[in-house]
Amino acid sequence: MTKCVTLISVLTLNLLATPFWQILILIMEIMKWNGWGYSDSRFFFNKKGQAEFTGKRYKLSGLIIPALKDWFESTFGASLQHKTPATPILNSSAVHPPTLNETFVEELKSTGIPFSHDAEDRVFRAHGHCLHEIFALREGKFGRVPDMVIWPNCHNDVVKVVELASKHNVCLIPYGGGTSVSSALECPPEETRSIVSLDTSQMNHILWIDEKNLTAHVEAGIVGQDLERLLNESGYCTGHEPDSMEFSSLGGWVATRASGMKKNIYGNIEDLVVHIKMVTPRGVIEKSCQGPRMSTGPDIHHFIMGSEGTLGVVTEVTMKIRPMPEYQKYGSVVFPNFEQGVACLREVARQRCAPASIRLMDNEQFKFGHALKPQVSSIFTSFLDGLKKFYITKFKGFDPNRLCVATLLFEGDRERVLQHEKQVYDIAAKFGGLAAGEDNGQRGYMLTFVIAYLRDLGMDYYVIGESFETSVPWDRVLDICQNVKERIVRECKDKGVQFPPLSTCRVTQTYDAGACVYFYFAFNYRGLSDPVHVYEQVEHAAREEILANGGSLSHHHGVGKLRKEWMRETVSSVGLGMLKSVKDFVDPNNIFGNRNLL
Amino acid sequence: MASKAVYSHRDPMLKKRDDFEDILEERRNSSDLRYALKCYTPVVYKGISPCKADALTNMVLQSSHLHYVISQVSKETGRAVDDVQDEASAILEEMAQRLQLSTIRFFAFTLSKVFKTLFRSICVNEEGIQRLQQAIQEHPVVLLPSHRSYMDFLLMSYLLYTYDLALPVIAAGMDFMGMKFVGEMLRMSGAFFIRRSFGGDKLYWAVFSEYVKTMLKNGYAPVEFFLEGTRSRTSKSLTPKLGLLNIVMDPFFKGEVFDMSLVPVSISYERILEESLYAREMLGVPKPKESTSGLFKARKVLSQNYGSIHVYFGQPVSLRSLAEGRVNRSQFSLVPRHIPKRPSEEIQNFVNDSAYMLVRAQEENMVLKPWVLLASLLLQNHHQSQAPGQKPGMALDELTERVVWLRDLSRQFTVVPEIQETLYLRGDVGPKESRSADTTPEEELLSRAVIVLSCASYRNQALHVFLRPALLALAIHAAASTKKREVFYSFSFLRNMFSNEFILVPGATVQDFEEACYLLVKTGALQITQQEVLVTERGHRTIVFLTSMLDPFLQGYQVVCRFLCEEATEELTEKQFIPSIRRFIIKHLLAGRLRYTEVLSSDLQKNALAALLRLGAVQKLKGVDQGTLKVNTVMVNSLEDTLGGKLPTQKVVVARL
Repeated sequence: MTKCVTLISVLTLNLLATPFWQILILIMEIMKWNGWGYSDSRFFFNKKGQAEFTGKRYKLSGLIIPALKDWFESTFGASLQHKTPATPILNSSAVHPPTLNETFVEELKSTGIPFSHDAEDRVFRAHGHCLHEIFALREGKFGRVPDMVIWPNCHNDVVKVVELASKHNVCLIPYGGGTSVSSALECPPEETRSIVSLDTSQMNHILWIDEKNLTAHVEAGIVGQDLERLLNESGYCTGHEPDSMEFSSLGGWVATRASGMKKNIYGNIEDLVVHIKMVTPRGVIEKSCQGPRMSTGPDIHHFIMGSEGTLGVVTEVTMKIRPMPEYQKYGSVVFPNFEQGVACLREVARQRCAPASIRLMDNEQFKFGHALKPQVSSIFTSFLDGLKKFYITKFKGFDPNRLCVATLLFEGDRERVLQHEKQVYDIAAKFGGLAAGEDNGQRGYMLTFVIAYLRDLGMDYYVIGESFETSVPWDRVLDICQNVKERIVRECKDKGVQFPPLSTCRVTQTYDAGACVYFYFAFNYRGLSDPVHVYEQVEHAAREEILANGGSLSHHHGVGKLRKEWMRETVSSVGLGMLKSVKDFVDPNNIFGNRNLL
Repeated sequence: MASKAVYSHRDPMLKKRDDFEDILEERRNSSDLRYALKCYTPVVYKGISPCKADALTNMVLQSSHLHYVISQVSKETGRAVDDVQDEASAILEEMAQRLQLSTIRFFAFTLSKVFKTLFRSICVNEEGIQRLQQAIQEHPVVLLPSHRSYMDFLLMSYLLYTYDLALPVIAAGMDFMGMKFVGEMLRMSGAFFIRRSFGGDKLYWAVFSEYVKTMLKNGYAPVEFFLEGTRSRTSKSLTPKLGLLNIVMDPFFKGEVFDMSLVPVSISYERILEESLYAREMLGVPKPKESTSGLFKARKVLSQNYGSIHVYFGQPVSLRSLAEGRVNRSQFSLVPRHIPKRPSEEIQNFVNDSAYMLVRAQEENMVLKPWVLLASLLLQNHHQSQAPGQKPGMALDELTERVVWLRDLSRQFTVVPEIQETLYLRGDVGPKESRSADTTPEEELLSRAVIVLSCASYRNQALHVFLRPALLALAIHAAASTKKREVFYSFSFLRNMFSNEFILVPGATVQDFEEACYLLVKTGALQITQQEVLVTERGHRTIVFLTSMLDPFLQGYQVVCRFLCEEATEELTEKQFIPSIRRFIIKHLLAGRLRYTEVLSSDLQKNALAALLRLGAVQKLKGVDQGTLKVNTVMVNSLEDTLGGKLPTQKVVVARL
């Protein structure tokens, strides 16, 4: 039995049993301050010019990836000779000294809730993972950062902090896993009050599990992989697996309307939550019961989900849980072209038989995935690979520059999985799809977890990039993919980018009425004086293109400050007014002043 | 033989010079048969595997758009779906092109022979061809040639074949199909046929638009059609028709293609094949129905010399850049794209503006032959010599002096080709005296009018160059004072009045005024201060020339107004309008009360009526008296007076604008 989570090696530290100050030190040590993920896991080119992935945490860890260099150099026109290393150490003196609200600090001390105004702690919580944020960190540049960090331990601590903040007019910015890609964690530069980052990481306990109703009551600071691991110990899972699940937190999922890879079985966050507790400047908001559905006016949960930290702090959540699946199986299908692949996904959605996960990568991404194949251990495997390639391209006549691949993940009891698998492969066959094995499927999902590490590698060699997503009706999927990719290429050319960019997409989720499309975009910025600005212009243009092609502003990343400018046209003026009036009532003094969304 | 030409609007030096290459030269020196059988491998729209014409019709019949409309029509009319479906197939059958390389090769051979006999040279700007080749590979292409002759689209396909470019599919009027055999030949050379009017026919519209869009989206072939809708009988560009442009732009608005290249093509004939036919048609001799035997009879044209043709492939215009900031494409997000919807006002305005822009691009790239300038002068001289006490004709050296002067003037307005070709004598056109004994004065007038109108069609080729300055010259003439404000009022009145006659971009009055001022100041004809517009000493000649150029139109519009006031009865219908005004004008011409024979042109009369309808001075009644014209005599009268300079324009302008 393969388990998706086995891709992610589990933290060996038992965080729960360790006193907080030690954890803080540990987290700072195990996580990069200016890049993605764990400090011990990173890609680099060794002396022979071969790519390697360090550490022990991932399947790819410790392996040599022979094809990556060629792919990297030929795709981006990059060269290993031209390096752009990051500033290695965080220079605390470059961080602005904190603006403290003395009376607030005094009163906070008396509550015994831990806090810090150490520069490193503050810088660590001043950003998410947008390209411009990481780029600035690598250059050792810091903008406005929070003035202090607070670590409440429980719901009641949060209540106290919010009361004090309201009393002393301090700006609070909730911080969960720090994986935002919407500039949501950036401190508004115009904010003159003291900014306090409210780090929920200590609120990471499962408070109870209700096996009769299959729910669990969990503190919102818990990180995805810990939640899954702890539930697994009791034989359960939530099945919520966003790509960032190693680091992102339950509270963050609720605040951004997150979506998980396996939503086809378990649902998105809005389908998973049964009850939410949130602390606002007006007090605590929660429902009085745990009924599975209510007709009591507009669902107040929908004011909370997607509020992006503008209304309060989510402290506790009751979530649906499921018994762990008996059996899991990866799979993959090769299609002669992207059009056929999309048609197949559409048919799968029509028949409502989507596996736990089904994703369709375009040709560029297929090649990218191929370049990430680790060195094969035996001549036999390499011989088999050659044979497969021969079969697909020569015997079946697939054009290697057009074919694309869908990766699949089935879950459930063994018999059903096998049945389901057959059904899906039968549909695929109608669209010219050929089953291409479990390995390819599994590698596809691995790509999800390592791609953020790869961005750091790119940034060492003049290559910057990012991903963004949208959701779109089925009939628009092909057009939006083609147009957005082309727009990116054209904008790069217009903005003076010297090398052709990587512009690729994949369909990552299927729904009854449409799909979620994910774009990756990266380019070599040698020769540009302000690469981040160029990057932002291109991303902006790409978003305009998405909207012009009937795509949504965001499927699951959220709006933050990055996409705020399009909110009015997205939800209409009246819609925006509705949201504003909620904000005005709940938080009239803008205590939760991260200025996201509105 | 290649003559150099440069084009531009404002500053000639900024635009690149494109050289012309004569393609007939090679035809005269090598085998036509080998040329017709040459290896033809055009570049295609990227990533497209060429599909057959049959596959295309299947795609159309299976499109969700057509399915939707078929079921809608079936519901509305109560007919069975299959029945409507069959009708759709029949429409498509009637419409569809069946492009065949063999037919093209046949045409390549025969046309080579014909062209060599008819024309001295066919000159093409090869840089334009290169740009087109590039464009075809990148995005779907729409070719928009000017339309002066039936020759246009054969010529286009011939050229594209010559340069190894993808052969276009061409929207052609149904009247061609009447010509047995030839219709089918044209069909096999890429023409698809559309009915001239199908306003209310939903099904027809759906089949037609889907057919065009399918060809375009799939990059099947460049789509070619004539923005002007029909051949211009006067050599002036016609007000663009928007139907097809709307259709081809739709896939871009709906995100079905990333971009599209619109390529204006200007075809300048030294002498149009249909020249005298056009003149007769405008004078009321109906045009012969297109028929194969007619074509056969027309072969006598083969014995004549039609000079040279210049074809200029303009800069491809990216629809995406054109629409940038003007069209919000997300307006199409809320209704499934296959459901036909009336375009929003935003879209309509955009399509309209683009159409004008493209027609102007065609105009700007037209090549002015020396004969055109000559004709302008001769015509003016002819009119002046009509006046009593003038001796007819002009000395050759005087004429030469004036042509040179005019050439220099036109060079300052736009950039026209060097006049280095020798003027060869034309024996067949021109005000020559041929009086036979027993013709009535009316017949004589009409035969003279044929010549004048032919001559005018040459002058008209240069009109777009002089149009804006000429309107300004007229405005100065008509304005109550030299105050800039008054002149502007006068200008905008005239511009508004003539906007059915000439290509004047709607809403661009201020730009046009500024452009006219700029050009006339540049030539030294005007001095413009903060408040005043003054004609300089040496500018007098220019101003007189420019005013005389538009004078026939001015007088024509006045006559139309007078006719409507004096003669229009309660029962005048749109149909009777042309015959009755013709009689009215003939009467006045014979009585010597009118100076310009040109006013007899039905084109001018129709345009004038259209302008009056647009301004609300005349109304078309609906209902029982369908087509009856109701004249607002007071208003028509005051417009006539204003045109005649008897009333200040300000009032009318304020009332109308």
